[in-house]
Amino acid sequence: MTGYFLYAFIYLVAAVIAVPIAKRLGLGSVLGYLIAGLVIGPIFGLVGDETVAIQHFAEFGVVMMLFLVGLELEPRSLWAMKAKLMGLGGLQLALTTALITGVALLLDQPFSIALTIGLIFALSSTAIVLQTLQEKGLQKTEGGKSAFSVLLFQDIAVIPMLAFIPLFAIPELVQAGNAHGGDTGSHDSFNLVEGLAPWASGLVIISSIAFLTIGGHYLSRPLFKFVASSGLREIFTATALMLIIGIAALMGLVGLSPALGAFLAGVVLANSEFRHELEANIEPFKGLLLGLFFITVGAGINFSVLSERPMLIAGLTVAVMLVKAIVLFVIALIFKIKGTNKWLFTLSLAQAGEFGFVLLSFASQNYVLPSDIISVLSLVVAISMFLTPGLFILFDKAIIPHYKNVKSQRAEDAIDEKGTVVIAGIGRFGQIINRLLVANDVNTVVLDIRAEQIDLIRRIGTKAYFGDASKPDILHTAGAHDAALLVIAIDDRETAAEMVKYAKHALPNTKVLARAFDRGHGYRLRQLGADFVVSETYHSALEMGAEALRSLNIHPFHVERQKMAYKNIETQQNDVLYHAWVDDASGERVDNNYLKLFIELESLIENALKADLHDKHSKMRGWTPPPKGYTESLAPDENPNRNNT
Amino acid sequence: MTNLDAIEDTKRSKKVLVLFAHPAQTRSEVNVPLFHEAQLNKHVTAVDLYAEYPDFNIDIEREQQRLIDHDVIVFLFPLYWYSTPSILKEWQDLVLEYGFAYGHEGTALKDKLFLCALSAGGKEEAYQTNGFNHYTIRQLLQPLEQMAQITHMTYIAPFAIFGSRTAQEEHRVIQHKEKWVTLLNKLTTNTLNLEKAKNIENLADLCTAQGD
Repeated sequence: MTGYFLYAFIYLVAAVIAVPIAKRLGLGSVLGYLIAGLVIGPIFGLVGDETVAIQHFAEFGVVMMLFLVGLELEPRSLWAMKAKLMGLGGLQLALTTALITGVALLLDQPFSIALTIGLIFALSSTAIVLQTLQEKGLQKTEGGKSAFSVLLFQDIAVIPMLAFIPLFAIPELVQAGNAHGGDTGSHDSFNLVEGLAPWASGLVIISSIAFLTIGGHYLSRPLFKFVASSGLREIFTATALMLIIGIAALMGLVGLSPALGAFLAGVVLANSEFRHELEANIEPFKGLLLGLFFITVGAGINFSVLSERPMLIAGLTVAVMLVKAIVLFVIALIFKIKGTNKWLFTLSLAQAGEFGFVLLSFASQNYVLPSDIISVLSLVVAISMFLTPGLFILFDKAIIPHYKNVKSQRAEDAIDEKGTVVIAGIGRFGQIINRLLVANDVNTVVLDIRAEQIDLIRRIGTKAYFGDASKPDILHTAGAHDAALLVIAIDDRETAAEMVKYAKHALPNTKVLARAFDRGHGYRLRQLGADFVVSETYHSALEMGAEALRSLNIHPFHVERQKMAYKNIETQQNDVLYHAWVDDASGERVDNNYLKLFIELESLIENALKADLHDKHSKMRGWTPPPKGYTESLAPDENPNRNNT
Repeated sequence: MTNLDAIEDTKRSKKVLVLFAHPAQTRSEVNVPLFHEAQLNKHVTAVDLYAEYPDFNIDIEREQQRLIDHDVIVFLFPLYWYSTPSILKEWQDLVLEYGFAYGHEGTALKDKLFLCALSAGGKEEAYQTNGFNHYTIRQLLQPLEQMAQITHMTYIAPFAIFGSRTAQEEHRVIQHKEKWVTLLNKLTTNTLNLEKAKNIENLADLCTAQGD
């Protein structure tokens, strides 16, 4: 037991130290994990053989990652970007695979090995690229969007590849592996379809996929609703984990890839109101497991291979990156991606990616690639990933200054992005806000903690998700970090205050609009940094008051003006009252200045609105005629009408 | 530019206030581009009245202060029923108070320059005594001319763009923008020929880039 703790501690220490440093140096977290692995593995030798076992466990992070990729892919939005996806992504994958396979064939590799190598190197690093684009604020540019399309296509293409690669198994390696009695065969012992007739196994596979799709669609909702109604957060997490592990187990039983099953389940649940809550729950597990996976990759890097054949590895790395960059550049030309976007697209995707590692270990388990080739290829994948931050630095330092003069072009395509609005709370208050925004083509993401409320709203056709908006991770997965606005429309006073506090602290670029219960609560929200605060009953009470006046036969336009005057005074006095409130609340004054000022406000409003009995005008300005007898008092030469013209 | 020139320059320069009124800016093809040009000139204060007072709750105090702070007042608007959009009328009704803009002590606007810049859908030929609309633009704007006179301002000819509904299709927007920029520059540097400007029919005719 203590041994496990020791190993876990070494891994965690390495991650905790290396990842933040890598991030600060602009290298991104993936490289941080790889470096951490390098340090504890080949450099200091703190960990050893158990990395292989841990790696199998950590690969479950990839299953989770594919589940999350699936969750992000609403079938509809996937359909909307089909042209880009198939065009950019398909062409990139096909051309790169073909070229690299060709090079491998030239180097005297048999066709099956050459093609596997081509597929492995055609993939780029989703984790590094998406994260870097996001960090640099480039994900909304044309180059960023195109890169995303390619990465998405690759992520999807991995699934057929996982099904495809085992077909290339090299008989001699399989025999050798079986003779060794390696542990890789162990999961096959739970295979349901083994020994069944081909038609029967086909039937089992098809029915299990059908179960996954239909069950995911119809059973998950009542299940999640049942769990959500308990209000226990950890049980929801347990449910999410149960779901993924169950799918992985089911897929394993019928001999399919767990990653494929998880991806399918993700797509099925992408439309579900529980999507964001699921994402928020799985995300940390995925992050840690993937981190662990990258550490084991780093730890498994074979330095002896690098020192034995440095020229070969350097040459291969340069060749791979060059081939990838050239293919991307040509595609950018074909699809008329221009200026800095062309270079961003070319440089950002020129590395091999984490799925390369997955395919490599998968290929090794399935006896497709011999181990000496695998150790060389892993080094090439890892080194090309290490070089990616360098390419981004090249983009920043060399490409952008070159295009500085056409900057206006970029500013223009940024305008059409209106930015999304996250609305927390979709009760009586939030619904009206949401309707108004949606009617104006604003993208909204609606969150509420009441599953039945969400159900109701979704029936009207509004995009709404179940989730506790006061939890930072759910806000994060709902996209609050790059939302233009966060509207807090929940009716719990304490939670609203906490949300404002968190949002202003963690989302500096997001404007916060908050609903207040009353004046005091409103001032508290303002003190915590809310950009706009409105008391929930202020405007409706004002309307009701106005209607009361109209019902008493006071002229409707006069009533309107009185209402305006009320608002004007309220706005003017608001600051004064707020500062008095802050002083009182912080104990700087003990004389109840706020209360005095509040009474003063009452009389100010009363005085301003009270009609002047003398000339029947209120003291408000506007449309005041000149004094009676004014025109008679004008001397003829003073009459401005007779100016010389 | 030497320091002396710079001082001379600021002495001569005039502060221009453009009060822009367009209630349907998503449909605007001429006015909004002109307004954007005005926003780019650092000697011009460009105010979008419908944006500042969407509920017509015009802040009288603030608008009067703006008038006091500027030397040239421009109304920029599309012609609606031979007059301004309603917020400019509301603005006049509220801001040009007795005792401020007119009356025995109302001299706050004395000797400021006032002009209209407007777009009209009809062609120039339509705005003639014998044309479809029976009156020239200058004649139609006489209520504003008289407003300027009673508030002691100097009134000059309107800057009028005709055929604005087809300006975009006929690629004239650029040319209108250039003339407008020229006008703003002449106003801010006080180099407009005022005698001519008072007497001609359309100020746009004085705004060719070559000068008058």
